[in-house]
Amino acid sequence: MAESPEIETPETETPEVSTERKPVVVIQDLHVEYKVFATGKRATAADTTSGMFKRAKRMQTVHALKGITFTAYENDSVGIIGSNGSGKSTLMRAITGLTPATRGAVYASTRPSMLGVGAALIRDLSGQRNVMLGGLALGFSKAEIEERYDDIVDFAGMRQFIDLPMRTYSSGMTARLKFAIATIRNHEILIVDEALAVGDRQFRQRSEDRIREIRDNAGTVFLVSHSMQSIRDTCNRVIWIEKGELIMDGPTDEVVTAYENA
Amino acid sequence: MTQPVEDPEAFGLTRVGGRPPLGTYLRDVASRKDFIVSLAKYRIEAENQRKRLGMFWVVLKPLLNALVFGLVFGILMKSRRSTPDFFEFLLIGVFMFEFFSSSLGAGAKSITGNSALVQSLSFPRMALPVSVVTQKFMQLVPTLTLLLVILIGSGHLPTWNWLLMIPVLVFYYLFCNGLAFFVARMTVHVRDLTNLLPFVTRLFFYTTGIFFALDVRFEGHPKFLAIMEFQPVYAFLSLSRELLLDSDPLYDVRLQFWPIIACWSFGLLILGAIYFWAAEEQYGRVT
Repeated sequence: MAESPEIETPETETPEVSTERKPVVVIQDLHVEYKVFATGKRATAADTTSGMFKRAKRMQTVHALKGITFTAYENDSVGIIGSNGSGKSTLMRAITGLTPATRGAVYASTRPSMLGVGAALIRDLSGQRNVMLGGLALGFSKAEIEERYDDIVDFAGMRQFIDLPMRTYSSGMTARLKFAIATIRNHEILIVDEALAVGDRQFRQRSEDRIREIRDNAGTVFLVSHSMQSIRDTCNRVIWIEKGELIMDGPTDEVVTAYENA
Repeated sequence: MTQPVEDPEAFGLTRVGGRPPLGTYLRDVASRKDFIVSLAKYRIEAENQRKRLGMFWVVLKPLLNALVFGLVFGILMKSRRSTPDFFEFLLIGVFMFEFFSSSLGAGAKSITGNSALVQSLSFPRMALPVSVVTQKFMQLVPTLTLLLVILIGSGHLPTWNWLLMIPVLVFYYLFCNGLAFFVARMTVHVRDLTNLLPFVTRLFFYTTGIFFALDVRFEGHPKFLAIMEFQPVYAFLSLSRELLLDSDPLYDVRLQFWPIIACWSFGLLILGAIYFWAAEEQYGRVT
């Protein structure tokens, strides 16, 4: 396995607030409410007789985000922190448009790519096929992908397994390959929703380098993570949300310290 | 560090959940043609990879299908007596119908079955139903080649009309794409559709005249037959039979089928594309 060329990125954490920078994602008073069928409710005496049709009708409203407002600029890498169920993933899905806003609005410069934990792109196809298809889907030509193919595979550290179908991959391997595919493109909005958590140390380091590189190339990265180390290493700005409300928004050090002391 | 941006659109940002204008969108889809074709090709490979006979299944499956129907309807139920060249009639029907039914079935699942792809990468979603229909079309071509070999083997020598099968197939491909656009979006809204579609397909199968000739069965009802000519699948199937076979007056080419299939193809393609595009931002949503 060949080592990929590590890109040395200077550790210049300068959370400058310049009005010159171009906004990439603008979120205005965003509310998201889910209407879900409540099936996990405690069974009452009535439930045992009512059958499946009645139960399916009971709706519950979950107010997942309650008025979030912020703007992310190019060259930003924004860490999103908060406890489980605080609305982090909902916020990320709202930015990609996968979850519609109930009130308020989300503006973005392009449709972002989102890396979440979980499913392979196309399970029955080999890693090699997935790299090819992912690249084509993102709008690259075959020649461009072939040109970058070795870099992608080496970056993911997957040369040994690249011809096996993705259904045989572990969750860490899947995350590696997906990350490598989604970051082929540089100038873009990338959302990484805990996807690096399943990777090993070596890969985490490599992917954090890559995130810094994207940021330096006028990209914008959102990183949802419970690892404060990852956040400190990659983000110049952190947003802390709790129960769907924005608690704090500021330079990494300040917010993470406040979060850890909370 | 967040000063509210009053007018995001002034910075060239667009509202998430909006969709690009139809023209831009279609150009975007067209630029993904490598993705569409590669996905189709890889899918066919993957489908057969784990089978011992591998790619032979592409022709083996429709052939077995035809054998079973030939056995049941041709020999046991004696429907062959009334229809000249019954086996050829049946083969063309089964092979051509397979493309329609598989496009419909797989097209319906093209968005819902690819949620991982839709949720993580950003690309025009229309590429998915087009890719599914392209895949089914790629599977139809070797089957039809086999059909031509069988036809020649059983004494039907090639005529110039055989060449006209090419435009028929182009129309058929467009028609199935339009259909796939409709069912792909409808399935996103109503998942129950995947349970319903097999019945729709079956209804079409039994009423379109795959294993019996409508013209023979309803000989005394010219009005009914004239109406049936507007049924698109029947039109595609009959025209194919008439172009490929010329052994009997039953297979005289009915020229009126051409405008019928052209209208269906373009009509369904255009309406389907608009219908699919209109919900572009909703695909992949978590509800």
